[in-house]
Amino acid sequence: MNSNIFVIIISSAIFYGTPLFYAALGGILTERSGVLNLGVEGTMLIGGVTGAWACLHIGGSAWFTITMSILVGALAGGLVSTLLAFLCITLKTNQTVAGLAITIFAGTVGLSSYFANIWEVAKKPVPHPIRTMDVFGLADMPVLGPILFRQTSLTYVSWLLAILATVYLFRTRIGLQLRAVGESPQTADAMGISVIRYRYIHTILGGALAGVGGAFYSLAIIPTWVDGMTKGAGWIAIALVIFGFWRPSLTLLGAYLFGALQSLSSTLKARGVDISGDILDALPFIMTIVVLVLVSSRFAHRRLGAPAALGIPYEREER
Amino acid sequence: MRSPIRLERRLEQPKWLNWAVPLISLVAALILGALMLWITGKNPIDVYQRIFERGFAGKRAFSGSLEIATPLAFTGLCAAIAFRMGLVNIGGEGQFYMGAVGAAWVGISVDNLPTGITIALMCLAGMLFGSVYAAIVGILRARFNTNEIITSLMMNYLAGIFLNYLIFNSKSFWRDPNSPQFPKGKPVADRAAWNTYTVFGIVTPVAFVIAILAAVAIWFLYKKTRFGFEVSVIADSPKAARYAGIRTSSTIVIVLALSGALAGLGGAADVGNFRGLLDAKGVQMAGYGYTGIVVAALARRNPITTIFVAIFIGGLTKAGYALQGPDFPSGLVGTLQGLILFTAVAGEILIKYRVRANLNRTGAVAA
Repeated sequence: MNSNIFVIIISSAIFYGTPLFYAALGGILTERSGVLNLGVEGTMLIGGVTGAWACLHIGGSAWFTITMSILVGALAGGLVSTLLAFLCITLKTNQTVAGLAITIFAGTVGLSSYFANIWEVAKKPVPHPIRTMDVFGLADMPVLGPILFRQTSLTYVSWLLAILATVYLFRTRIGLQLRAVGESPQTADAMGISVIRYRYIHTILGGALAGVGGAFYSLAIIPTWVDGMTKGAGWIAIALVIFGFWRPSLTLLGAYLFGALQSLSSTLKARGVDISGDILDALPFIMTIVVLVLVSSRFAHRRLGAPAALGIPYEREER
Repeated sequence: MRSPIRLERRLEQPKWLNWAVPLISLVAALILGALMLWITGKNPIDVYQRIFERGFAGKRAFSGSLEIATPLAFTGLCAAIAFRMGLVNIGGEGQFYMGAVGAAWVGISVDNLPTGITIALMCLAGMLFGSVYAAIVGILRARFNTNEIITSLMMNYLAGIFLNYLIFNSKSFWRDPNSPQFPKGKPVADRAAWNTYTVFGIVTPVAFVIAILAAVAIWFLYKKTRFGFEVSVIADSPKAARYAGIRTSSTIVIVLALSGALAGLGGAADVGNFRGLLDAKGVQMAGYGYTGIVVAALARRNPITTIFVAIFIGGLTKAGYALQGPDFPSGLVGTLQGLILFTAVAGEILIKYRVRANLNRTGAVAA
C-alpha cells in the first residue's frame, strides 16, 4: 500500500515542499511589513552554502551538528537580508532592483559560489544529512505513515511555524501592528508604531527563514553543496506568497503543490514511467506563471490581501 | 533615536550627477570588494591588478573584453529600455537564448546568400524570437496585470530547459548529428560567420558596431519621438498617461517586445560572431541576461552610457574567466558585479536626495 504511487508523490511533495514553505513563510512576514524581497533566491543559496560549511566543520552528535548548521544558515540568511533592509528601508531605494542586487550578489555565480570555493565545501557530502524520522513508530502505517510520520524534523517544525505565524499575524497585537505597517505606514506611524523597526525585524526574520530553506537543500535534499542548487526555488517561493494570498496556511498547501511538481520527475522516472524529463522540469515554472496570471488581476490582488504599501518605501513627512 | 545623517529631497537634479554618481558607485563597489577580499584572506591589490591586466591592459586583452562586452551591451540595452518605463524585464536571459535559437536556425539553413544578407537575416530572426518571447510577458502584464518580474524570470528557466531539450535531449535540427557521443550544436554555414574588423589593433566584432547603432537608435527613439515621450509620461505617472489618452497597455507590450528584440539580437551575435553554433551549455553558463541588469543599472538606463559600462563589465568578466583558478575563486566576479549593482542602486539616493548631517539645536551632531 505504501509503495502506491500517490502515497509516494504526496510524501515527497511534503519533503520537497518544505524548503519552499520556509522561504515563502519568510516572504509573507517580509511582505506583510510592506517590503518586497526579491533576493530570496540569493538568500537561500547563502543559507545553503553556510549550512553545508557548518555541517562539515561543527563536530559533535548528529542532532547537535544539524541544529547548529540550520541555525548558521538562518543567521547567514538574516545577515544578507539586513543588507536588503538597509537598502530598502534606510536608503529607500527601489525595492525591486535592491532585491535583484541581492540575488545577483549572493547568487549562483556570486558570493555563494565564492564561499563554496574558498571554504572548499563544493561537492563534499555533508557528514550529517537531515534524514526523515520515524515518528511514534508509525512510519509504516498504511497511507498516512509515509505522509505524516516519515518526514524530516524541519517539516514538523514548519507545521508548528505555520500555526504560530497564523496566530502571530491574525491574533496578536504585534501581528495587527505589523499588518498596519504593511497596509498604511502613515497611519501606523501616527499610532506610534515604529515603521522602520517593524520593517527591519521582519525583513531580517524573513531572510533567516529563507536561509533555513536553503540549508534544507544542502543538508537534506541533495545533501551536498552544489553551486546554484536551489534552481529557482527562491523565485517560486516569491510566487507562492502571492498564491497563498499572504496567509501561512494557504501558502503551505501551495508549497506542497509545487513540491509535488518538483519531485514528480524523479518519482516517475524511478517508476519507469516513460515521460520526457524536460516537460516535468518545466512544469513548476509553467505552473508559477499560470497561477500568477490567475491571481494577479487587480481586483483579486486587493481582495485577497496584498499589503497596500508593498514595495513602497516609507517616507515620513517632514514638518 | 535620531540618525546622524538626514536625507533632503533635491528640488532639481544637477546634470553632473549623471556621470558622477555611477563613478562614485563603481569606486564604492571596488572598495567594498577589496574589503571582502581582505576579510577572506586575499590580497585585494594583487587581485585588482590582475583583473586590470587581463581585462583592459593592452590591445589583446581589450579585444577579448569586447567579446564579452558585445552581448552585455545588448542585454544591457534590453534591461535599460524596459527600466525606462518602470518595467523590470529580467527575462533578458531567456530572450537571449531564444534569439540564439532563431539565429542558429537561419545560420544553419542558409546557402548561397551573400554574407551581408545572411547577417541581416540572422539578426532579424534573433530579434523576432526574442521579441515574441518577451511579448508574452508584456501581454500577461498588460492584459492580466501579472507581475512581469516573476513571469520573465520563470521564462528564463523555461528557455534554458528548451535549449537543453534541443541540444541534449532530442535529435533536433539544431543538434550536430556528427557528434552523437558529445551532444553539441550544429555549426552554422561558413557564410553565416559574422565579420570582425581590426580598429587600431583592437579586434572589433561587427556585432559591437550593431550594438552601438542600436544604442543610438534607442536614444533617438526615447529622446526625440512621440513614442519616447509617451513612455516617459507612463513612467512618471501612469494616471496622467491615462488621462492624456496614451494607451498604456499596448505601450507595455511594445516596450517589452523591443526589449526582447535587443536581447535576441545579442543571442544572434553570440551565434554569428562568437560561437558559430547554438551552445546550450555555454550561453547558460555565461548568464549575460542577468549581468545586463547590472550594466543597465550602473548606466542609469542611458543607452549610450550602457555601451561604455558594458565594456567595463565585459573586461571584468573576461578577466574573471581568464584568471579562474585556485587563487582566483570562480564566484568572485559575480560577487563584484553584485556589489556594483548594490552601490549603483544606493547611488540613486545621491541623485534624489541631498545628504545632510543631522544637527540638533546646539549645533552638535546628534547621536
